Amino acid sequence: MSGMRHGGLYLAGTLVLSLLLMLLPLPSGLEPLKPYWPALVLIYWALESTDRISLGLAFSIGMIADLISGVLLGEQALRLTALVFIVLRIRPRLRFFRMWQQVLAVAALLLNDRLILLVVRLFAGEAVPPLIWWGAPLVGAALWPFLFLLLDDLRSRLRIQ
Amino acid sequence: MALPREGGPSLFAGPIAGTLRLVMYLAIALVVMVLDHRNGWMYHARYTASVLVEPLYRLAGLPSRSLHALTVAFADRSLLTEQNRELRQDLLLANAKLSRMAEVARQNTHLRELLDTQHSLDINVQLARVIGVDLGAFRHRLTINLGANQGVRAGQPVIDAHGLLGQVVNVLPNTAEVMLVTNPDHAVPVTIERTGLRTVAYGSQDEGLLTLPEIPGAADVRAGDRLLTSGLGGRFPAGFPVGTVIGAGTSNGMFLQASARPAADIDRADEVLLLHDLADPVGPPGPAPQIGPPAELAPPPAAASSGGHAARPMPAASVAPAASAGSVRP
Repeated sequence: MSGMRHGGLYLAGTLVLSLLLMLLPLPSGLEPLKPYWPALVLIYWALESTDRISLGLAFSIGMIADLISGVLLGEQALRLTALVFIVLRIRPRLRFFRMWQQVLAVAALLLNDRLILLVVRLFAGEAVPPLIWWGAPLVGAALWPFLFLLLDDLRSRLRIQ
Repeated sequence: MALPREGGPSLFAGPIAGTLRLVMYLAIALVVMVLDHRNGWMYHARYTASVLVEPLYRLAGLPSRSLHALTVAFADRSLLTEQNRELRQDLLLANAKLSRMAEVARQNTHLRELLDTQHSLDINVQLARVIGVDLGAFRHRLTINLGANQGVRAGQPVIDAHGLLGQVVNVLPNTAEVMLVTNPDHAVPVTIERTGLRTVAYGSQDEGLLTLPEIPGAADVRAGDRLLTSGLGGRFPAGFPVGTVIGAGTSNGMFLQASARPAADIDRADEVLLLHDLADPVGPPGPAPQIGPPAELAPPPAAASSGGHAARPMPAASVAPAASAGSVRP
């Protein structure tokens, strides 16, 4: 029972941390390359423990992220819900991928996410972002193995299912 | 909600239920987005949620704050001395300029008093710190540490030591969001200092530049021309540097197009100034309020339809200009 509660705390902690990382400023040159942290963390949790992650959770995290970043309410909720849906769908295969295959899958997921974002922004009447903007999913995918191992290691140390 | 997602008793229940839920959530998100885009009630939601949001901003801003503090703490002594010396020189220079300007300003005030206008060269500012928070790449926005509780209002111009930085767009209780002049959604009415030509400077799609797409074809614009706020539109007071033209002449049909580099230090802004007295609203006076003779003087409706036609418009017309002149300065 307490393990379950610790697990919930750990999940909430990683999600809050991902939101903070999203807000963290980078030097202006690197800014467009900043990975979409909440997506990465949600992918991890969707892969590792399905009983905690649901579309509703992804939706609410997205809404909170929208409130924080103050752009268009519902934008990130849409993106994260779609992302988590895809991950939950292909989870049986994704779990037994090798690491490099997982990296490719994560890159595809994040690119798809950027595509959704682009469509939403174009509909909202915003400018087309520069080419370097597409580098962020690749950076995110490159960071995936480290994030995965780190979260996994922490989780096993804390003895959370 | 308790339907199994996969490997459940029924072969189709899981995926179909999942898809249905996805469709439901996507529909909610789309509806919320459209409502927000149309009505902007996101702002109210954020204001209410600021109890949650503002501590997060402070928390996320901590690393850059502490990094700044660390660089000062571990800075080389000689570097600091050097900086100090440079600052002293700058201060000396600025003071010398100021003392010369003081005389000009006095003259100017005097002349303006003679002309009976109410513009003044004094500026009433409030110092604000930039919180190091990233609200999404290419958003061209800053977050500052003052908000509604400190008297910040949406629409206030924000400047730094070199020129116009932007304007306040969103106000939360203790933080506010500044839209930078380089935001593609932002426009400033400017004049070109050398020729006095009036035009509008928009934020550019290119990173960190301004664009002036509406210069008349025959106008004289060169690289190096300085742009000042013109004060038209009533949002920004006149005379603040906006930028310097770096290239002009690419023609698109009827207009010349020029690009400019903003005068303000957009990337390195750390402390900014909020202007408090907004520009005098210039332009046509506001619509005249519905003023006429008191209602009790009006003839009863039956009588009005027969006799009151010629007499009624007169007093309304004579009252309206005075009333609108009074209402310009709220």
